[in-house]
Amino acid sequence: MSPCVFSVNFNTGGTLILNALELKNVTKRFGDVVANNNINLTVKSGEILAILGENGSGKTTLMNMIAGIYFPDEGSIYVNGKPVTISSPKDAFNLKIGMIHQHFKLVDLFTATENIVLGINDKHKFNIKDAEKRVAEISAKYGFDIDPKKKIYDMSVSEKQTVEIVKVLYRGADILILDEPTAVLTPQETEKLFTVIKKMKEDGKSIIIITHKMHEVLSVSDRVAILRRGEYIDTVVTAETNEAQLTEMMVGKKISLNISRSEPKNSVDRLIVKNLNLTNADGVKVLDNISFTAKSGEILGVAGIAGSGQKELLESIAGLINSSKGEVTYIDPSNNSKIDLRKKTPMQIRELGVRLSFVPEDRLGMGLVGNMDIIDNMMLRSYKNGHSLFLDKKPPKKLADKIIKELEVVTPSATTPVRRLSGGNVQKVLVGREISSAPTVLMAAYPVRGLDINSSYTIYNLLNKQKENGVAIIFVGEDLDVLLELCDRILVISSGAVSGIVDGRTAKKEEIGLLMTKAKGAKENEE
Amino acid sequence: MDALAQFISRAILQGTPLLYGATGEIITEKSGNLNLGIPGIMYIGAISGVIGGFFYQNESQSVSPLLAVIIPLLCCLFGSLLTSLLYCFLTVTLKANQNVTGLAITTFGVGFGNFFGGSLIKILKSDVPYLSLVKIAKAYKTTVFPFSDDMGSFGKMIFSHGFMVYLAIIIAVVAGIFLKRTRPGLHLRSVGENPATADAAGINVTLYKYLATSIGGMIAGLGGLFYIMDYSNGIWSNNGFGDRGWLAIAIVIFSIWKPSMSILSSYLFGALYILFNYINVPMTYIPLIQMLPYAVTIIVLIATSVRKKRENQPPHALGVTYFREER
Amino acid sequence: MKNKKIKTHEPLFHISKRTDISRSKAIIIRVISLLAALVVCGIVTKIFTGDDPISIFKTIYLGAFGTGRTLVTIHEIAILLCVSLAVTPAFKMRFWNTGAEGQVLISCLSTAMCMFYLGGKVSDGVLILLMAVFAIAAGIIWAVIPAFFKAHWGTNETLFTLMMNYVAIQLIEFFLKIADKSGSNVVGPDLLTHGWFPKLFGTNYLLNIFIVAVITVLLYIYLNYSKHGYEISVVGESENTAKYIGINVKKVIIRTMALSGAICGVAGLLLVGGASHSIDSNLADGRGFTAIMVSWLAKFNPSTMILTSLLIVFLERGADEVSSKFGLNADFADILTGIILFFIIGCEFFINYKININHRKTNIKEEK
Repeated sequence: MSPCVFSVNFNTGGTLILNALELKNVTKRFGDVVANNNINLTVKSGEILAILGENGSGKTTLMNMIAGIYFPDEGSIYVNGKPVTISSPKDAFNLKIGMIHQHFKLVDLFTATENIVLGINDKHKFNIKDAEKRVAEISAKYGFDIDPKKKIYDMSVSEKQTVEIVKVLYRGADILILDEPTAVLTPQETEKLFTVIKKMKEDGKSIIIITHKMHEVLSVSDRVAILRRGEYIDTVVTAETNEAQLTEMMVGKKISLNISRSEPKNSVDRLIVKNLNLTNADGVKVLDNISFTAKSGEILGVAGIAGSGQKELLESIAGLINSSKGEVTYIDPSNNSKIDLRKKTPMQIRELGVRLSFVPEDRLGMGLVGNMDIIDNMMLRSYKNGHSLFLDKKPPKKLADKIIKELEVVTPSATTPVRRLSGGNVQKVLVGREISSAPTVLMAAYPVRGLDINSSYTIYNLLNKQKENGVAIIFVGEDLDVLLELCDRILVISSGAVSGIVDGRTAKKEEIGLLMTKAKGAKENEE
Repeated sequence: MDALAQFISRAILQGTPLLYGATGEIITEKSGNLNLGIPGIMYIGAISGVIGGFFYQNESQSVSPLLAVIIPLLCCLFGSLLTSLLYCFLTVTLKANQNVTGLAITTFGVGFGNFFGGSLIKILKSDVPYLSLVKIAKAYKTTVFPFSDDMGSFGKMIFSHGFMVYLAIIIAVVAGIFLKRTRPGLHLRSVGENPATADAAGINVTLYKYLATSIGGMIAGLGGLFYIMDYSNGIWSNNGFGDRGWLAIAIVIFSIWKPSMSILSSYLFGALYILFNYINVPMTYIPLIQMLPYAVTIIVLIATSVRKKRENQPPHALGVTYFREER
Repeated sequence: MKNKKIKTHEPLFHISKRTDISRSKAIIIRVISLLAALVVCGIVTKIFTGDDPISIFKTIYLGAFGTGRTLVTIHEIAILLCVSLAVTPAFKMRFWNTGAEGQVLISCLSTAMCMFYLGGKVSDGVLILLMAVFAIAAGIIWAVIPAFFKAHWGTNETLFTLMMNYVAIQLIEFFLKIADKSGSNVVGPDLLTHGWFPKLFGTNYLLNIFIVAVITVLLYIYLNYSKHGYEISVVGESENTAKYIGINVKKVIIRTMALSGAICGVAGLLLVGGASHSIDSNLADGRGFTAIMVSWLAKFNPSTMILTSLLIVFLERGADEVSSKFGLNADFADILTGIILFFIIGCEFFINYKININHRKTNIKEEK
């Protein structure tokens, strides 16, 4: 590695230009997990650099280090050729670096301008009218469509995002980082955003945009940097690459995991989802006409970039969200009668005799109660059993002991609060409880996230065993290698819509990668 | 006519301690601290001023009006400040539950006030018969507008009071401007609305909470001081201050967290407090009139929550302890 | 190769939530803070009385458990415990009911009104039954109103219940004016002549104490062993989990506040029918607020609450004795109570959080 402090680039004209930002050998660990390993990254002044990578590839962590949220364990950062220390967002501001986070940090009750000037302590006299004028000036310059006096709670997601961008520009940022800015936007809004980004570039700003939508990368960026599992892969010039090459770099070569998979036996339709639609509180369409069938004795994988509607899909089926439109039909295995699950609470679904189990993504915040012990957590599903006013603690105690023994849960006792258990053991408790009710449908969202290898295989084995028992399993995963080895079929969703259903045995990793990054409106026929 | 003028004059006097308490609590609540210790802090402010005044009146040969005002005032501010700091230390630094801490402060503060109010003479083995600060009170009650005598009954009703009546209005107006128009005011409101966002914007959440609660507490303490020095003519009576501290909290809701509104609401509540003296209503129904402020406050509380107008809600993070790592 | 030193600023200490403290360690922290509080109380008392500390604590003890005082003290504990039990189910659900004072008072009023208007017209047995029904109903109504608005519109329950207290106080004042034309601010046993609770074994208060004991056991069972109690815990711990398993959160909020109100109703009944046989607007004597602290200090556990209410009552009665012995004001008790509360409230921090001290002020990193 070159030891020079100044790093210099010569563009084609031969004039000397400095790199706006440069990262050298940056490493960040969280406990035992290496989020970023020895990353090198260069951003030239006045360019748009896209950062491409799957979930968990370390994009956001890397950007947070530039924005002063995290501090790198190793490595160094250069701004305009000078080595810098960024230990707080304030330091980043002072270096004219601004980040637009995925989750907006705005005060709902304030106007756009009030939010924009929040936290600035300059010597100027505080005058909201002057600030409004400056906001209007900035908006006019870059073509933002924003009312400086509008309250945030009255704004659409895209307007809120605009406020975040103006906030950064108002502080005079030269380097802007946008973390998945298009995830929450409609195609039209995305177009608008890209126009603005290009205008900012013309103005000499350097822009880093995190995304996993391939067509966006190709349409807006000058260069693309690819990260995979915390490693830096390469940076390529956008004009010299194509979708297939980028996808391959992003997902990598297939890795064999040796997860066993049996052939589905006597598969019949168990759960039919038809034209499911959902619009969230912000008015964004999170589920867009989703249709699929889950069959008994089969694992149906759900692949997609995080936040593409997986959570909402499962919660709509489980009855946690009751505002969706469409059909969710359960076919009772005992008599083949059809049961409509829509507009029913989880309790009502259970009372209908539908044995639907759900392992949610948020284990300690939803699936389990962290402060309760294992026995009490076992009761969450079953406490209402029987007509007595009182709890029958014997069955859950038995169940807890059984799960601890069979799934090898490491815990001091069955009366230990679950929040004290390690992640893998928490998940064993949750999955164990959900399969103990002999479900006919089992939905699991990211059940191996954050788990070590051994715990992960325990979960795979449990799911396979359920499959062999004839359970219809819906498995939402993020690791394509796992999905390809575990699932019989894989449903791919992109921006809330089904972009394809592929066979888990024959599909290629790149194929799924392409489907995941496919834009809205470009979807093919489903099924 | 004179009766009406007198009624309004008395209503202003009744409303003034409430105004101090409400303004103080509004500033405090804007930082997200629901300080239920305000009733206690008002007692402590009052007794601190009384203690300071008592020493001054007894130790000095002649009472200078300026010192008679300043010494109790500073003592009052100091006492209220210490108590507010205790509240902040427990709820902000030690992240204790705000309701429990506030109620403990009120228990302590009311006890503290009544204890010293009742036992000061005994403790100091002083030879005065009872706790009376008439000379001090005279300084407090001196009107700041000498011309008020010539202004007829209505001029008197507004301009004949001691300086603290006007100070309360000034503080409320300044607080309103501060919250609405200044940078620290904007920052303070952001702390009460969304501390995580404020923190991310580089605002020192802890500092703002401490400052707002301390300043708010000191303002509220002045309400207690006014009650003793002006309203009660310098004579302490145990529990004389009554439930005015809670009424101040009611005014905060009634004024939907706006200091400018609290000026009128305080006088309105003050008027309701003494209305029965001036209208021809059987003694029996007086409690129902005294119930009105609370009943109306409940209605306002319900109406704002049902209407869900965002501007009229309590600060969003009110009562919630902020811990950065729980974002 | 050039070596560069990068300085990183790290704060001197870092606070993090801890989840792993052992029960015994937590108890030790609480005991230490209690002892520290007692030392401070001793010093404060010494300053104002000049008495030596041992003698002060002896006075406090005799004030609570001296001859002829034990029964009253136990009764005081029972009443405070009863109100503390009342607020507990709501608190477990994270519903901040600051209106126990009003819920107790309105039940006192209902009880007194039954005694006043029906006394002598029905037999005492029927009267006591009616008193109980009306007291409990009044408590429930007073508690359910804020709960209803909280459940449906998210109306701030702390402020709502707080205001309800003063409505109750003024309603009592209203009744006093009607019942006693003389303008006195208390309606005493001379007017409330019927519906007195019978003496148990010839002893006053024993029935009250017995009833509270029964409620303590019942509430303990309800919270820990009933399905309702389980739902309360789940709603309080995580509303998301409650939705996940299909609990009707609104229903649980209203039902639980109704229970809180009902127990406050019993407290009001016991205060008027079983103890004072009189009513005034100060009858609850701030217990509604003290109960919040008692319940919180006991971590919402009914059996621990026996200890915490004992601690508070012991202090109050003891400090009363100290003040009367030295001719001081009775409010001295509140100062001591306050000091002890501050210490116990503060010590929870050291149980829930860990302070990690960074021994190095700055990290110097060698970088190639």
